[in-house]
Amino acid sequence: MTEQTKDGSEKPLLEADKLTKIFGTLKACDEINLRIGTGEIHSLLGENGAGKSTLVKMLFGALQPTSGAIAWKGKSVAVANPAMGRSLGIGMVFQHFSLFDALTAAENIALSLDEKTPLDTIANRAREIGDTYGLPVDPEALVGDLSVGERQRIEIIRCLLQNPDLIILDEPTSVLTPQEADLLFVTLERLRSEGKSILYISHRLEEVRRLCDRATVLRHGKVVGQCDPRSETAASLARMMVGSDIHVIDRHPAATHASAQTALVEVNGLSQKPRGPFSVPLHDIHLSVRSGEILGIAGVAGNGQGELFEAISGEVLQERPEIIRIRGTDAGRTGISARRKLGAAFVPEERLGHGAVPDMSLTNNLLLSRHSTDRKVFLSGGALRLVAESSLALAAKRIVAQMDVRKSAENPDASALSGGNLQKFLIGRELDRNPSVMIVNQPTWGVDAGAAAHIRQALVDLARSGSAVIVISQDLDELFEISDRIAAMVHGRLSESVPIEHMNRERVGLMMGGADTSAPLEDAGAV
Amino acid sequence: MTMFEAILLTVATAATPLLIAALGELVVERSGVLNLGVEGMMVMGAVAGFAVAQTTGSAWLGMFAAILAGAAFSLLFGFLTLTLVTNQVATGLALTLLGLGASAMIGESFVGLPGVKMASLYIPGLSDLPYAGKFLFGQDPIFYISILLTIGVVWFLFKTRAGLTLRAVGDNHISAHALGVPVVRIRYLAVLFGGACAGLAGGQLSLVYVPQWVENMTAGRGWIALALVVFASWRPWRILAGAYLFGAVSIGQLHAQALGIGIPSQFMSSLPYLATIVVLVLISRNKRLTLMNTPASLGKPFVPDR
Repeated sequence: MTEQTKDGSEKPLLEADKLTKIFGTLKACDEINLRIGTGEIHSLLGENGAGKSTLVKMLFGALQPTSGAIAWKGKSVAVANPAMGRSLGIGMVFQHFSLFDALTAAENIALSLDEKTPLDTIANRAREIGDTYGLPVDPEALVGDLSVGERQRIEIIRCLLQNPDLIILDEPTSVLTPQEADLLFVTLERLRSEGKSILYISHRLEEVRRLCDRATVLRHGKVVGQCDPRSETAASLARMMVGSDIHVIDRHPAATHASAQTALVEVNGLSQKPRGPFSVPLHDIHLSVRSGEILGIAGVAGNGQGELFEAISGEVLQERPEIIRIRGTDAGRTGISARRKLGAAFVPEERLGHGAVPDMSLTNNLLLSRHSTDRKVFLSGGALRLVAESSLALAAKRIVAQMDVRKSAENPDASALSGGNLQKFLIGRELDRNPSVMIVNQPTWGVDAGAAAHIRQALVDLARSGSAVIVISQDLDELFEISDRIAAMVHGRLSESVPIEHMNRERVGLMMGGADTSAPLEDAGAV
Repeated sequence: MTMFEAILLTVATAATPLLIAALGELVVERSGVLNLGVEGMMVMGAVAGFAVAQTTGSAWLGMFAAILAGAAFSLLFGFLTLTLVTNQVATGLALTLLGLGASAMIGESFVGLPGVKMASLYIPGLSDLPYAGKFLFGQDPIFYISILLTIGVVWFLFKTRAGLTLRAVGDNHISAHALGVPVVRIRYLAVLFGGACAGLAGGQLSLVYVPQWVENMTAGRGWIALALVVFASWRPWRILAGAYLFGAVSIGQLHAQALGIGIPSQFMSSLPYLATIVVLVLISRNKRLTLMNTPASLGKPFVPDR
């Protein structure tokens, strides 16, 4: 299945030889060998924590290797810092954008160019590059006001203006609609045809198969395979990446409940003004989810998903109580604890700081979300309301076992858990109550494939046991895997939801772009 | 000299130290560092300036010493917060307390001694023009320096590459570091500039405003400078406006008191502080603009990952 690189004659553009990086006791990269040829799109595949980011940071000069060597165009080099990486001809487009919100697009671009470039010529050069590669931007716009897709364009233009030979892209499509991703692929193929090399980091197997000439697969900091992704299947690549077969979500049909027709959670005409400079207004949102059902809400980040979540969870109260209904009760004017008492549960997008207090232990974090709903269990001493440590510990233990949370200590701080394990704990914390309404924002963002499958299965099982579940996600694969209906959010509006059997990626992509929101169902059925 | 002209001149003299200290702090905060030690650095500048001028007889040498004293004091802050990564708020407060105490000790032997006043500009003809002649062409050198400094800071922050880099560091130090920008070095330079400005402002107090040394003679002007920066939404021209508003009200209330208006003098004395803050709060009501201009990493510690 794996095959060795076959370029014996051709001199590689970049060659990493036994590159190793050790953080404390953790070997983030362990003797990694990598060869990138001229004019190829080379994919770096691996799960979160496999060492991809550490590896490219070393190539780019943002981190120094503990041992090993890098050869650039046949010569051994030590990339001391990112500025040196840039002057060699290595450009990087970051996953978490490294842009400055308070500066304009042109100013952001100017910062990464060399000091001699006059500031007033940059806007025009940015426009030229944008036109050439199909990346339109307004150089005078403040970056804080731009969409994620536009920000990515600025990152890419910024990179291209340095005229690099190697462009490193870190998870570039994770923030794009399928249509925007297609445009990006056109740009990348154009760059390849000009003889530039691209190191493409992703865990999305389909796009790697479609775009890349060669792939290097990492697992736990080691290279576990090199292959031509076009001759592999998504399943074989996944097996290489994860090291075992991935659990397939069992979407068993809903058991027929007597209450199957009653809506457990309803949003009726939710409109809301923006609350901060970078917040999105909401316009007349209607939704209703019945018992046994999962509603998936797709959308590119920053289209109002966070605001919708806050409105349903009660972090932001509504003007009229009937705007939010939970289990038939008007809840638009009641706070989070009251909504929890009605049987609702919430898991926000940001794990540390929003879903959990980083410097508090797991049991304390458990108490924080459940002290009012499970007062009798977790608080004792009557009016004194003493914390019942033993029952908290018991509940934490149950959640840890249920969700397979891996932790290093008996009761560690939330911040000591890895992202995936903390997310499993936070979801388990809510599932443990058997909520009849569950709303999750980005349930598996940054979570490795095994843990993600576990979380998704748990959500499906919850719905099938008679609860109503809303999943807000940017990951379309995830939504297709678990949802019964999918709606899309764009510019603070929510489209009509479409049953999964009438849905496909193209249609959801159009909905995420703001088109097709009112198209009849037959169209999609025919595709 | 007419009454109007005299008032105009005293307003400028009262506004100048605030303007200079606030401009310095503006640059510091734009780089993402919150130095609450302005008052302490100012008072150190005042005592150093007075002592050197009194000993050497040269007001210019004194002013130079004031700048050095402010910068040296800010270096202490920089070392603690940028190299040792201590809490910026606590360190800044400590700096103010230390400055007030140390200046009182250093200045003890200078209390009551006659000071050296920096000479004002005199251009025959121009300085004698009616109404604004003295205001435009007959003031002390520090006034002109403060105006040039305002223009210079605007030009530096918004027209030069170095200024752009400084704003970038203040907005997002992690991204700036990833781009290869020397975050800590830039912040050191900004802190030093802020200290030099605070020192100069203190020197103006003891060598121009009231040429003598009195313990705690800054009288909270460092705090007003800090407030000016925030309420001016980190924009230099608004600092200029705020400083002159403060100057105008503080001189105006003195004249009003002299006229014997039946309002308690304590209230009148607090008027400049109240008026400045009220006006600046009103003009900084545009939340969006304020948030856009607020340095996003203000006061956050930075430790590069290596």
